[in-house]
Amino acid sequence: MSISVLAPGWQTSMQDGGRHGFAALGVGASGAMDDVSRRLANLLVGNADDAAALEITLRGPRLRFDADCVVALTGAPLDGLPMWRPVAVRAGTEIAFGTMAHGAYAYLAVAGGVGGNKIIASRSADIAAGLGQALAAGDVLPFANESRMAHRELWRRFDSSQPQTSTENPGVVSAKWSLNPRPWFELDPHNPIGMVEGAHFAQLIDSARHALFHATFRIGGDSSRMGLRLREARLELRAPLELVSAGLVPGTMQLPPSGDPIVLMAEAPTCGGYPRIGHVPAVELPRLAQRRPGDSVRFAPMSLGAAQTRYLERERALAALARTIRDRLQ
Amino acid sequence: MNAPRIEPLGDCAALIHCGEIIDAAVNARALAIAHALEDARLPGIVDIAPAYASVCVRYEPAAWTSTDPAQSPFDRVAESLRTLVDNASSDATADSGSIEIPVTYGGKFGPDLADVAAHTGLTEKEVVARHSAAQYRVAMLGFTPGFPYLLGLDPTLYVPRRATPRTRVPAGSVAIGGAQTGVYPRETPGGWHLIGRTSLHLFDPARDPPALLKPGMRVRFVAQ
Repeated sequence: MSISVLAPGWQTSMQDGGRHGFAALGVGASGAMDDVSRRLANLLVGNADDAAALEITLRGPRLRFDADCVVALTGAPLDGLPMWRPVAVRAGTEIAFGTMAHGAYAYLAVAGGVGGNKIIASRSADIAAGLGQALAAGDVLPFANESRMAHRELWRRFDSSQPQTSTENPGVVSAKWSLNPRPWFELDPHNPIGMVEGAHFAQLIDSARHALFHATFRIGGDSSRMGLRLREARLELRAPLELVSAGLVPGTMQLPPSGDPIVLMAEAPTCGGYPRIGHVPAVELPRLAQRRPGDSVRFAPMSLGAAQTRYLERERALAALARTIRDRLQ
Repeated sequence: MNAPRIEPLGDCAALIHCGEIIDAAVNARALAIAHALEDARLPGIVDIAPAYASVCVRYEPAAWTSTDPAQSPFDRVAESLRTLVDNASSDATADSGSIEIPVTYGGKFGPDLADVAAHTGLTEKEVVARHSAAQYRVAMLGFTPGFPYLLGLDPTLYVPRRATPRTRVPAGSVAIGGAQTGVYPRETPGGWHLIGRTSLHLFDPARDPPALLKPGMRVRFVAQ
């Protein structure tokens, strides 16, 4: 019961709900860049939404499924499997995933979850921190213990009651229904990303405060899971700020002395001393994560209250969707 | 000391500020608050991390909803944190233990020891004597998993960071950067001056707890 990695693609790693409770030791949460897509992939195969899935970046891997299994692919459009639906894959099937034309991250979940040992209570690779690493050719990913049952069950339903469509790959059987990704996933680069003002926003010079919400930034090529470096609109403080190193979280926008802001992402360090000029809230982070180097970004002001209201609405909608999918998989 | 200020750190975290300086008393206050928060075991708190002068609290907004639409999850978290902070004992933190770290100073393990001596006007021997005489306290861990920021460096050993950071600092390197001293748990880039090396593993993901040190712990370096 495993998946063999024949070629890893640009960067493929295991990501679950994250590594929580260890920030005091300097260990960040890590987890998926687009966590909503990761959660939806899990829901589509009947998993708990904190289960580990494969995070695929820009160019997909080549994988061999060594046992019958049910999987789901979500996130940035990617050739290889029908997306946003459960798909049954026969043992021995090889899938060569394509290269994304848009977006940056896709997620492949396996019914029952991808297993392997946890590193400090999580299967999320934190590549920058040296906890886990990107997959390499030759890696074998065991399914989690509960997988065997989950696969059998889902297979049985696929073979009997579920409508099926065969694709060009004879080893792949896809559910006819699929999830509309629209409310959950969006790639329009012209759509601004909401941002809440940070503690040091008021310390920016007037033109920089204006630029933060009106300029068009470009994602730098040196961006990573740790953070997105934003270029083409340098921001300036009224006066240099000497700050004592304090806690940081994904979404925090820092302003280093260069003037090019950095938005910290999944592998955000636990602390740092650059001014905190803004925060991309949790509801907006998945959309920002899907911008790739070279893409443009604009920000729109969002109040903390609005960000939290939208977060609660999203979580309610995800819970309702999880119930709908569960009924569909029964 | 002023009442701590609570800053929203985005929509899923809050920073409790005890001050804006690197100072033992301010840090002790931050550590005491972090302990009080851990002991309180509030539901919906995801992570608690003290720093030099602040405590970062990550929370799950969905666990902090209110029937009053005017009250946001942050408002509710901040209210709870304020109560806990007010009641947190401000006397010395609970004993977080102590540790001795054996260090081989100088030579190939401490390639910057001579530079530190030159900058401070001390001999290499005096630098080692002063660095290993002090009693340190772990103010916080960060930068990379298990990296300790230590309070208590002898002021005569303050040396500005290297103009050009090294791209690779060996694991176990004991270093000085400005008014701070610390130990690199694994090979990373780094801009501090390397004065020695320890054979202890400061961080091991397979160990429980994975970090050898924790905030508040007393540390002594022992020259080998």
